[in-house]
Amino acid sequence: MAVMSDEIVVSSNIQTVRRRTSPAFDRGFRFASYGSALVVLAVLAGIIGTMIYGGWPAFQEFGFGFITSSVWNVGADQYGAWVAITGTLTSALIALVIGVPVSIGIAIFLTQLCPPWLRRPVSTTIELLAAVPSIIYGMWGLFVFAPLFANYVQIPLTTLVEGMPILGTVLYARVPSGVGMLTAGIILAIMIIPFIASITRDMLDQIPSILRESAYGIGCTTWEVVRYVLLPQAGVSIIGAIMLGLGRALGETMAVTFVIGNANRLSLSLFDPSSTIASRIANEFNEASGMQMNALLALGCILFVVTFIVLALARLLIARVQTR
Amino acid sequence: MSTIAFDTSGAIGNAAAADTGAPVRIAVKNLNFYYGDFRSLKDISINFYDRQVTALIGPSGCGKSTLLRTFNRIYSLYPEQRADGQILLDGQNVLSPNIDVNELRARVGMVFQKPTPFPMSIYDNIAFGIRLYEKLPKSELDGRVEEALRKAALWDEAKDKLRQSGMGLSGGQQQRLCIARTIAQKPEVILLDEPTSALDPISTGKIEELIEQLRSEFTIVIVTHNMQQAARISQFTAFMYLGELVEFGPTTKMFMNPTKKQTQDYITGRFG
Amino acid sequence: MDTAVYNEATTEAPLAWGRVRRSRYLADRTLKIVCTLFTILGAFVLGWILLMLLVEGIGGLSPAVFTETTPGPGTEGGGIANAIVGSLVLTVLGIVVATPIGVLAGTYLAEYGKGSTLATVIRFVNDILLAAPSILIGLFVYILMVQPMGGYSGWAGGVALAIIAIPVIVRSTEDMLRLVPGSLREAGAALGAPMSKVIVKISWKAARAGMVTGVILATARIAGETAPLLFTALNNTFWFSPTLMGGVSNLPVTIYQFALAPYPNWRELAWAGALIITMSILALSIVARLVLKKDNVR
Repeated sequence: MAVMSDEIVVSSNIQTVRRRTSPAFDRGFRFASYGSALVVLAVLAGIIGTMIYGGWPAFQEFGFGFITSSVWNVGADQYGAWVAITGTLTSALIALVIGVPVSIGIAIFLTQLCPPWLRRPVSTTIELLAAVPSIIYGMWGLFVFAPLFANYVQIPLTTLVEGMPILGTVLYARVPSGVGMLTAGIILAIMIIPFIASITRDMLDQIPSILRESAYGIGCTTWEVVRYVLLPQAGVSIIGAIMLGLGRALGETMAVTFVIGNANRLSLSLFDPSSTIASRIANEFNEASGMQMNALLALGCILFVVTFIVLALARLLIARVQTR
Repeated sequence: MSTIAFDTSGAIGNAAAADTGAPVRIAVKNLNFYYGDFRSLKDISINFYDRQVTALIGPSGCGKSTLLRTFNRIYSLYPEQRADGQILLDGQNVLSPNIDVNELRARVGMVFQKPTPFPMSIYDNIAFGIRLYEKLPKSELDGRVEEALRKAALWDEAKDKLRQSGMGLSGGQQQRLCIARTIAQKPEVILLDEPTSALDPISTGKIEELIEQLRSEFTIVIVTHNMQQAARISQFTAFMYLGELVEFGPTTKMFMNPTKKQTQDYITGRFG
Repeated sequence: MDTAVYNEATTEAPLAWGRVRRSRYLADRTLKIVCTLFTILGAFVLGWILLMLLVEGIGGLSPAVFTETTPGPGTEGGGIANAIVGSLVLTVLGIVVATPIGVLAGTYLAEYGKGSTLATVIRFVNDILLAAPSILIGLFVYILMVQPMGGYSGWAGGVALAIIAIPVIVRSTEDMLRLVPGSLREAGAALGAPMSKVIVKISWKAARAGMVTGVILATARIAGETAPLLFTALNNTFWFSPTLMGGVSNLPVTIYQFALAPYPNWRELAWAGALIITMSILALSIVARLVLKKDNVR
């Protein structure tokens, strides 16, 4: 059927081809597609260029101290990136700690445990989590999740750990409002789950079924097949999927802006408000001018470099397996 | 085709038993197999004898691999596949829901069409299966790994790289590693599903030699599309066609003087 | 007779059954339960978010939402008509800019560049842009267009959205073109058709459904983007000017500003907007899947 319709396509083409075969069109088309492909490179170069160009005055003014200083004082025109950098890294790390096991669990469910008729609907449901706009996650986080989190987790936990060493600091909420670093990490975890889960699912699907059968064939349980054979076999590409999730978590803006509390404060408590590079840019850029704008662009530059490295690693790790 | 022509009662098997005097290890009785609604094995009854090699031959799609895959219930990984009837392993019905399938698969080992080394070292490829079922001290485990590799004729080639990945071996070596992995568990029966189909002639020869030696210890069932291979290595041969068992008997008789016309046609290369 | 055969079995006593350690089954069952729970959790969160949007958003839906403009601070009532239309304009603008560039670039990778170094580099860069932080694209377009043009504009917003859409379209176009069998192209080339004709009339036609899916998914992706619009199209409470200069009101930024505002009518409108935008995007995502599925069946 498909072949037949293709033949029709081909034969109807000859006529159109004969009628107006023009070398100019051929060359033009080739040139246009070449040019469009270069646009992709130009965009990347443009982003790097503007970040460096815009951030340069800040790097020049504060030097290396821009990265290590935790002062962000618009009045005094003093800017340091440390709080935003640690906030970005910490929230993304929390997202991974929560999101990775859940994502892999979902991928295992979809590929190993799920009855065939249920696979498609469940896969679609998980993938739709990626389609929900980030601002909606922000609203859910702020208006629905945070109050519940404050009431049922922060307040009881704070009373419990008060006075304890280490835990008394890390899990102590001065103001149990529900917003803060941990909430941001949890929301980010939910947002990266569909990405990590669907790549991991595809990687597990690519493993030849004969290897899986061999593992069951020596008497392995599903747990042993997954833990000792399938996951090691998928190996680096799962790490690639995790890196991709990390890249997304580092740069996520709107959801984090809603729930992180946006405070320029270094705190050891996971319940305290903080800010990330992206949330700070979102909050301040429109009202910024002069050195503050340069400092924000310099923050953007740092974010870009970090995500670029993470995403490049992700891509390399995932590609290596696909070509093998 | 009338069903009478394909009539295969257990009686064929009994006649064969008389030849060797070997006891029955696996007795298949009225086995039917279904892929969804499609019935791909029809009322199969056949015996497999202790420490003998039985070859299953027939054109592709005849059900020989399907039959093999019922003995360790590997088919049950796929929910749309099911079997009914009886497969008695030492008198125990393997298809019974009371049977622990994981343990069954340790007792009935299987080697597949392509080498499937696990993503771990050569040593661990073998130790992994042993550790699942036995808790052994390190020295004893080392001994078992060496014994398995020796039996699989891989020890000399692998002894210096036990800690290296099993993926680094050649195709033929990988397949012998898979055989070593299977025999290390000391199974009662070994199922071989076209084990040499992905290998070159030299590796194939080594595997065939190996099968010859393993016969002294294990009951072996091998599916093969290569009739010369069946003739070379098996004591019994079963010919299957369209999901039915056409003829079963000692290999020499099957190849020299088959009873059924279809068997003769297939063996002489007139179809298949 | 038969049973006699089966009973004569074995020479040595068979091994005892029941050698499987209980801990192995415990681990196995734990894995199965945990994985199932994680999956239920994922589906549950999606359901929870949708339920929240329905509960909070349906109350705010009224004809005025679609007919009146966004209210100023302290003004009663109002709607989000200007934001809805503004969002449509920006999204369409973004997709109209992105589609030709994305399709042609994807075509270059699949048909012309293939394994060349340039194509490999572009593919790599495209995959990175696919996941790059969208707020940085907003900053980029701010410096590229808003500063030189002296103010915010719908054009800048459209370009920012286009930059986000392009990698999605490039990727899906290339993937889909690669699925077209080479024999089809050879058949066309054998008839003496120049390469451009073979691509347009044969490859594109064969890969049509997949390419359309890519464009729909790209539309779904940019329709909800907020961060890149913050510094480009901005937002305001009026109808945008026909030249698209100055701020162009749009749904995502309106939702962002109204949701965090102290006025109850603003919040209600934010919820209504959130419901509208999420349902539209989910509908687009599902439509994209159906387009592809229908084509596969055929």
